[in-house]
Amino acid sequence: MNIDRNLMRLLAEQKRPFIISAIAGALGAFMLVAQAWVLSGIIENIFRHAPTWATLLPLVGLFALFSTLRVLFGWAGHHEAKVGTLAIRKTLTERLSGTVAALGPSYTRSGQSGRIVTTLLKGVESVDAWFSQYIPQLFLALIIPVVILAAVFPADWLSGVILVVTAPLIPVFMILIGKRASAATEKQWNTMSRMSGHFLDMLQGLSTLKLFAQAKTRRDGIAEASENFRHSTMQVLKIAFLSSLTLELVGTLGTAVVAVSIGVRMLGGHLAFRPGFFALLLVPDFYLTLRQLGTKFHAGMEGVTASKEMHEILDRAKEIPDAGSRELTAGEVSSQPIVLDNLSYKFSGSDKPALDGVNLTIEPGTVTALTGPSGAGKSTLLNLLLRFIEPADGAISLGSRKSREFSLDSWYQEIAWVPQHPFLFNATIRENLLMARRDATQDEIDNALKQAGLLDMVRSLPDGLETMIGEQGARLSGGEAQRLSLARAFLKDAPLLLLDEPTSHTDPILEAQLRKAMTELMRGRTVVMIAHRLESIRSADRIVVLDRGRLVQSGTHDELMTGEGFYREAVFSSMEEAAA
Amino acid sequence: MKTFLRLAGLTRPFAWWMLLAALIGFATIGSGIGLLMASAWLITTAALMPALSALQIGITGVRFFGISRGVIRYAERLISHNTTFRILTRLRVWFYDAVEPLAPARLAAYKSADLLKRIVDDIQSLENIYARVLSPPVTAALVTLLMWFVVSHWSTSAAEGVLASQLFAGLAVPLLTTRLAAGTARNITALQGEQQVLAVDMVQGMSELRVFGMVGDYAEKLHEAEVKKLALQKRAAFIEGLHESLTGLAMNGAVIWILFSMVPLVKSGAVNAITLASVVFGVMASFEAFLPLTGSVQNIEADVRAGERLFEIIDAKPEVVPPERPEAFPKSTDIQVRNLAFTYPGSNRAALDGVSFSVPQGARTAIVGPSGAGKSTITSLMVRFWNPAQGEISIGGQTIDKLDPEELRRNIAVVSQRTYLFGQTIRENLLLAAPEATDEQLRNALVMAGLGDLQSRLDDWAGQHGMNLSGGERQRLAVARMILQDAPVIVLDEATANLDALTEQALLETLDHASHGKTVLSITHNLHRMERYDEIVVLYEGKVIEHGSHDELLKAGGFYAGMWRLQHAG
Repeated sequence: MNIDRNLMRLLAEQKRPFIISAIAGALGAFMLVAQAWVLSGIIENIFRHAPTWATLLPLVGLFALFSTLRVLFGWAGHHEAKVGTLAIRKTLTERLSGTVAALGPSYTRSGQSGRIVTTLLKGVESVDAWFSQYIPQLFLALIIPVVILAAVFPADWLSGVILVVTAPLIPVFMILIGKRASAATEKQWNTMSRMSGHFLDMLQGLSTLKLFAQAKTRRDGIAEASENFRHSTMQVLKIAFLSSLTLELVGTLGTAVVAVSIGVRMLGGHLAFRPGFFALLLVPDFYLTLRQLGTKFHAGMEGVTASKEMHEILDRAKEIPDAGSRELTAGEVSSQPIVLDNLSYKFSGSDKPALDGVNLTIEPGTVTALTGPSGAGKSTLLNLLLRFIEPADGAISLGSRKSREFSLDSWYQEIAWVPQHPFLFNATIRENLLMARRDATQDEIDNALKQAGLLDMVRSLPDGLETMIGEQGARLSGGEAQRLSLARAFLKDAPLLLLDEPTSHTDPILEAQLRKAMTELMRGRTVVMIAHRLESIRSADRIVVLDRGRLVQSGTHDELMTGEGFYREAVFSSMEEAAA
Repeated sequence: MKTFLRLAGLTRPFAWWMLLAALIGFATIGSGIGLLMASAWLITTAALMPALSALQIGITGVRFFGISRGVIRYAERLISHNTTFRILTRLRVWFYDAVEPLAPARLAAYKSADLLKRIVDDIQSLENIYARVLSPPVTAALVTLLMWFVVSHWSTSAAEGVLASQLFAGLAVPLLTTRLAAGTARNITALQGEQQVLAVDMVQGMSELRVFGMVGDYAEKLHEAEVKKLALQKRAAFIEGLHESLTGLAMNGAVIWILFSMVPLVKSGAVNAITLASVVFGVMASFEAFLPLTGSVQNIEADVRAGERLFEIIDAKPEVVPPERPEAFPKSTDIQVRNLAFTYPGSNRAALDGVSFSVPQGARTAIVGPSGAGKSTITSLMVRFWNPAQGEISIGGQTIDKLDPEELRRNIAVVSQRTYLFGQTIRENLLLAAPEATDEQLRNALVMAGLGDLQSRLDDWAGQHGMNLSGGERQRLAVARMILQDAPVIVLDEATANLDALTEQALLETLDHASHGKTVLSITHNLHRMERYDEIVVLYEGKVIEHGSHDELLKAGGFYAGMWRLQHAG
């Protein structure tokens, strides 16, 4: 019956407008009956007495009143339902974005960012029809036929019986044909999207087509594919439209049967004029209401599908870890060691731990370099420090307090983070920088840019700091994005620096600039970095070698070079390659 | 208005189909009018208790219209959908024709999949221009005409009233609601765009937002845009309700007017009561034609906006215009590049700034340099996707702008870093390079490219964007295309950039083998086995800063030597 439990729950939160809508629908139904009653009276009057306009005026006045009221009640009903729907959409957006925000990067980076965005925006829009069209029509389909029957039976019971007998045909046909038709329609939508996919494909690959001098010949392919699509779709539609033909025939033939039966009985003098006429006036609306339920049912379908997607996100709310409320101060971070105690993490769906019982103490003011083969758990360790994920076992502490005792906000307050692929927002360069510290002055911004080696580049742009970047504006090169990220870290000026060293093995000049900026940035802070270059590793206070989630070696460069193990091998093999 | 006329003009080839569909749409409503009129006639006549035979015509009418309405409506829906799809085909071909000469230079701004998707959606939404925009007014006009003839047969004054109320419903109400709704649809679209950007930023930049403590700000911004959008949609719904209500009032006004002007006629005996009842019912049914006008009005604005976006794209001037009388492609393939300069529109940095070098026929030249140094721009200029701002490229002594661009491209095989594969079979993707190739040739090319196991899978679906193939397979497929194309000049533009070291190594071997004896220009930032090149040109910020053989450059100890050391020092 297209009743989605989750959507119903949302509906229950906004009872008022929908109740008003249902009441307006019921009042509208009474007006419909009253209007028909008055109109049949007018016609009868004209018919029997051929009256003057003046004698007819009171009845016409009533007719005008009822019909106006009917229109207004109808409008009010739809409007209230829309108001309720919009309120629901507002709550839904709020809840969804709140849940996504609380789930954090570990969820949004799970490779489905496109789907999350679609659910967040299009998903919410597509529940609209379910609330604003299907639900009000469902009310109307429950109210109007009952009211009409209640009016028709006393007037002409036989017409009432015809209506009662034929009415179930509509849902029966709807279900019988609807199943086939909806399968067919679904198939049609699939080919439809495949078709527009084909066209999109051609547009996206236009350069490739041109490279092979095939762009002109593919034109006919587009026309042909499109025509084929038309033929196959029309085959489907021929069947799909049969369902509405059948439903329409039930309605019109029902009307015809009622009309003929009334006519024949009047002829025999078994039925008075007015009740017969009155019944006939109400019949079309009786069938129309039921038929429209079918249409709105389909309009609401999309919302049910969208609801599933949305609740997949909302149901994750229970996975959100609790965070404490203790405020962290900069002093604590620069004076206390960070202690990793038996730290473990496992990705869901994987049976091997990504991090397996790591014990490590990071003294304040030191530089710790994480190294090891890819998949060793370096990024996982950094993500745990960033509290993007929660450890499966063990804990991170600052001094004697567990990290989860501190509020997330204050934790991030004391961290500067330079990822390998920084994300730049669709905003100006200034806004992208100010994210790191909202109250930064112009001097501080310039200073940070200068330290990151980006000042000259920004100054050379026609709009300078106000240049839009990201998809919508100028695109920065990878090196420039990394430097912008460094500038953010300079601005943030936090005591703990988490750094994923960029690997750009292309530009010796850029490389030198980045290295200089990073050295500058690391000065006087506690640093944990994923290091790729031998030089950065060598100059760290402590090198931590990870392999398959375990801490395998730890010490200074000199210490590690004296013993056997991964580190020494890696250093030697890279030297060999350099000599080759 | 201009955009609208231009859009409407695109549907002209289907004018007859559209007219037919509109006529049938009119017949549908006509049957509805007929059904109610016949029913009213039947009952009112029956009330006079004539002989049963006198009712026969009414009974037949009721049956006839009862069936015909459903059947005609069925035909109407089929024809109008058919027409809609024809229009869609036409729009697609039209857009493709218009956009083909512009690619890729004038489409550079639409590179991202999202923007292209929007273009495709725009075209898709224009298919409605007939069914939702053009057809309803035509049907409404025809119904108005019909009712004029029907009603004026008995009373001109009644007909005038009906006409007035139908003009009100068909012209005044749509004009009023258009005025009230002006900009609503456009602003909603703008807000949707804004939300899209915000949501993408929020989801993709979640890590940064968290660390900067700004997740809440973005959620708040998203929420604000939503509130604004919902307010507009509420307004749109209000206006839609207003439209429907006014149409309903117009109908009731018409009924009252008919009573007012015809009741005296009944009294005087000029018109009988049966007629009056039938006319009242017919007029009520005729207003069905005016309800879809709401949608018509709302769709116009969206369609015009979509049209504007499309016209804005295709009205651009093509970057490259083929010469009227092209020269034949030269026999020799010595490549000379002289003093080449190029700046991308909207950029203030020159991508190339006075670049000169040459590749003798059959020789191998490498262009190296950090990313962003302008290397790939050379490829684009070479296949005439863009024209240089200054300088020239010549092949065999002939400057390339004297050649037919298609002929030129057929003679240059390009393997680039991202191979585009179409969502078609592997065979179709290969035939692109050599449309006449036999299956045997295709299989040979696959084997040479190291894709022997795909030989039996020629009819397999490559998947959307070649998703069913791995990165290495995709690049090998590009090499197979290169082999099939059998062009005298080969340009390798970072052909192995996105592959892991092992795959890269194997592919480089294949490429060496397959390009043997051809004139090769290889663009790379990855310095592997550079000794196989006769000449290496080092580009930095659009300028040639060094050139020479691998050994010479290493000895010189300059930028190239620095790059090489960086890449070979772990």
